[in-house]
Amino acid sequence: MEKYLFFGLSVIAIFSAIMMLLSKKPVHSLLYLILCFFAIAGHYLMLNAQFLAVVHIIVYAGAIMVLFLFTLMLLNLNLSLEFDKPLIVKLAAVISGGLLLVALVGVLKGLDSGSAPVFANTQIGLAKNLGITLYNEYMLPFEIASILFLTAMVGAVMLVKTEK
Amino acid sequence: MNQVVQGLHLLPINYYLWFCTVLFIIGLIGVLIKRNALLLFMCIELMLNSINLLLAAFSVYHNNPSGQILVIFIMVVAAAEVAAGLAILVATYRNTSSVDINLLNQLKG
Repeated sequence: MEKYLFFGLSVIAIFSAIMMLLSKKPVHSLLYLILCFFAIAGHYLMLNAQFLAVVHIIVYAGAIMVLFLFTLMLLNLNLSLEFDKPLIVKLAAVISGGLLLVALVGVLKGLDSGSAPVFANTQIGLAKNLGITLYNEYMLPFEIASILFLTAMVGAVMLVKTEK
Repeated sequence: MNQVVQGLHLLPINYYLWFCTVLFIIGLIGVLIKRNALLLFMCIELMLNSINLLLAAFSVYHNNPSGQILVIFIMVVAAAEVAAGLAILVATYRNTSSVDINLLNQLKG
């Protein structure tokens, strides 16, 4: 049962990731990327990381992708852009990516599968347990993250402001 | 609500390792072959997401919530990065009327 779920979600994610690279129009790439993100959210749910699944959908599909769509719409970029890298560069990129894949596969092949399903249905992914950890052990990074957000917001507004 | 996935057992960690490796490589190839700056950002998001999933999987398998906290911080940094990056993209689009990254070599000496 869980194997079929895993392989179904993985096939959806990898297919949409490849289609993101192959589609001509940027909006189509974006929509395929959103599909890929939903498949990854399904993977989070399978790990019983419910908080992460919800946050992933809200942050990525809700916020970041809308930001991309707005930029695409404001700049009117949905023409299929004719500039493209030459074929030899693409070929070199794919070959080097494939070489990295082969290297990683070689590393991971020696791994024993381990004693995986020791504690099925683990509870640590729930919002309560994550919150306790976040506000006890990671209080300072949490506050620094809020400062980072403030800086990013001010910086974004400063960058796009036109000079008067 | 505590058990959405009741009855499912965890798969071996190797499955997640393979899946995330493939997703990461796809994102890497996308960064190498694309010239549209917007698509480069999307491929970077894809790479970040594959790493996030792997961190969450390891956190569940080791029963240690620190990995999932790290995923939340990566999401925070990714959101800030996209906001600042798209602002830079809009600012450069005003100057060059294009999002082709090959036009951005004017700082070259």
